[in-house]
Amino acid sequence: MADHSADDIRKHVRVYMAVFAALAVLTVVTVAVSYLHIESVAVTVAIALFIASIKGGLVAAYFMHLISEERIIYWVLILTVFFFLVLMVVPILTDTLS
Amino acid sequence: MTEEIPYTVQEHPVTGIYNGKLGLWLFLASEVMLFGALFSSYVLLRVGAPSWPHGWELLSVPLATLNTFILIGSSVTMVMAWASLKMDDLGKFKLYMGLTLVLSFGFLIVKGIEYGGKFSHGISPATDNFYATYFTLTGLHGLHVIGGIAVNAYLLITSGAWWKSAPAHFTNRVECAGLYWHFVDLVWIFLFPTLYLL
Repeated sequence: MADHSADDIRKHVRVYMAVFAALAVLTVVTVAVSYLHIESVAVTVAIALFIASIKGGLVAAYFMHLISEERIIYWVLILTVFFFLVLMVVPILTDTLS
Repeated sequence: MTEEIPYTVQEHPVTGIYNGKLGLWLFLASEVMLFGALFSSYVLLRVGAPSWPHGWELLSVPLATLNTFILIGSSVTMVMAWASLKMDDLGKFKLYMGLTLVLSFGFLIVKGIEYGGKFSHGISPATDNFYATYFTLTGLHGLHVIGGIAVNAYLLITSGAWWKSAPAHFTNRVECAGLYWHFVDLVWIFLFPTLYLL
């Protein structure tokens, strides 16, 4: 994040509090959904990972300032995401090939 | 006179950011691969297993939910510690950094209660694949929490001297420590549903 005036930071603080509230609500939602004990494993996993991704996105975007970062960090992260996806595809391939 | 390390405060002309931040993001990229590899192994073990217990049948969801709130709270206090420095308020920084440390220890205590409960019932990583992955993933995450506590405590203890001699550099160091701490929070955000709720 580039240089910010104290006024800018005060605005940020309000955003941080809103993100905190959103994270707390989403945590409650995650736990509440798990108590429903949905039959389908695929649906349960999809819902859990979907909510976790929103929460993770909020943390990365606002607490880690990714929403207003320099381009080089985005490039580092694009590479990281690519290799992370490779890691995630490995178990699927192993499962289908065996 | 010793030579100063360049670009601790000023942006590097090539990257547009100070060097510490680039270094920290590269470190986090390697951390993503570390946790990603374990996560991937977990998926492989679980998909390949003839049966796999639901996390909520064996683990304490209320304790893990409490820890989720604690860690999210500590992320907020951490970002507030950095914001306080940006607003030239060392006193508030100390308050928020202190709170971050208290919450971090709170997380470890709750985790310790969970671990203790398992060990007292003779459950260990050797019990089965479920507990092996549970202890490996939460154990590695716990080590990251301990690492974060060490860095944050160091920054808090030395903050007075740093703030006097190099306030902008110190603020950047706190930002980097924060990036790491938010990553530790982020990992838990995924570990919690994966291990406890599925």
